[in-house]
Amino acid sequence: MTLGEIIDILDATVITDSVDLSINIRSGCSADMMSTVMYYHTADSLLITGLSQPSVIRTAEIAGIKTIVFVLDKIPDENIIELARQKNIPLLRTSFCMYTASGRLFQAGLPSCLGK
Amino acid sequence: MALDIENPIEGSFQIIGGNFDNAGEASSQLKNRLLELNVNDDIIRRATIATFEAEMNVIIYAAAGRLNFVITPTQIQIRIEDMGPGIENIEQAMTEGYSTAPEWVRAMGWGAGMGLPNMKKNSDVFKIDSVIGEGTTIEMTLNLT
Ligand SMILES: Nc1ncnc2c1ncn2[C@@H]1O[C@H](COP(=O)(O)OP(=O)(O)O)[C@@H](O)[C@H]1O
Ligand SMILES: [Mg+2]
Repeated sequence: MTLGEIIDILDATVITDSVDLSINIRSGCSADMMSTVMYYHTADSLLITGLSQPSVIRTAEIAGIKTIVFVLDKIPDENIIELARQKNIPLLRTSFCMYTASGRLFQAGLPSCLGK
Repeated sequence: MALDIENPIEGSFQIIGGNFDNAGEASSQLKNRLLELNVNDDIIRRATIATFEAEMNVIIYAAAGRLNFVITPTQIQIRIEDMGPGIENIEQAMTEGYSTAPEWVRAMGWGAGMGLPNMKKNSDVFKIDSVIGEGTTIEMTLNLT
């Protein structure tokens, strides 16, 4: 699924200005605990989270997460957005809650990182 | 694939307890070194997940620590030493989901009790040694071949 399709499905706003809409995302994971993300991650995935700490960006960088979606329209602080820009990780926000955001993507065919 | 390097590459980072803003910086720099050396993506991911978790534990639980790494043509050797409270029951600490992290740490996304399991899962050799009141040392090796 492309980043462009994901933005449509989540009716999302791009927080980091310029993004490549053709990036391919293969699976998704919804979590607020960073070790859980790293334990179950697979490469080329998307992270849906309600947490907007700098370590979310670091976790994405290290776990090979291609994009981060903040739910409930959470906007991270500018220093976090800047870190994401540096690491080239697109940030999105959606007004949906974690449950609905995950459900919409799953229904549209994006599988879980864990495969179950 | 063995790395085409003549001498082992070494590096070291200081980690300060409580410094959440810089958390992951050492792992990020290690990642860049490994990328420069054309190490396989999957090995880079495993190595840096392991070091990130180790870094976090120093930041959360210890006063200070140091991460040292040595990259040889066939291995990545990592050692994280801290000055901290030490771990009383290592077997319990290694259990998935076991955590003593306080609520404010959990609110920052840490304390799932998966850090040590993550280190073990992502390294080929994992050793942990801890002395109460002195500190904890973790040694991890990842094979490149
Ligand atoms: N460097 C350390 N110094 C002291 N205690 C530690 C250290 N690393 C881990 N621990 C203890 O082991 C537990 C489990 O660690 P870990 O698996 O990383 O999970 P978490 O950090 O999420 O609690 C911690 O909650 C803590 O009690
Ligand atoms: Mg931990």
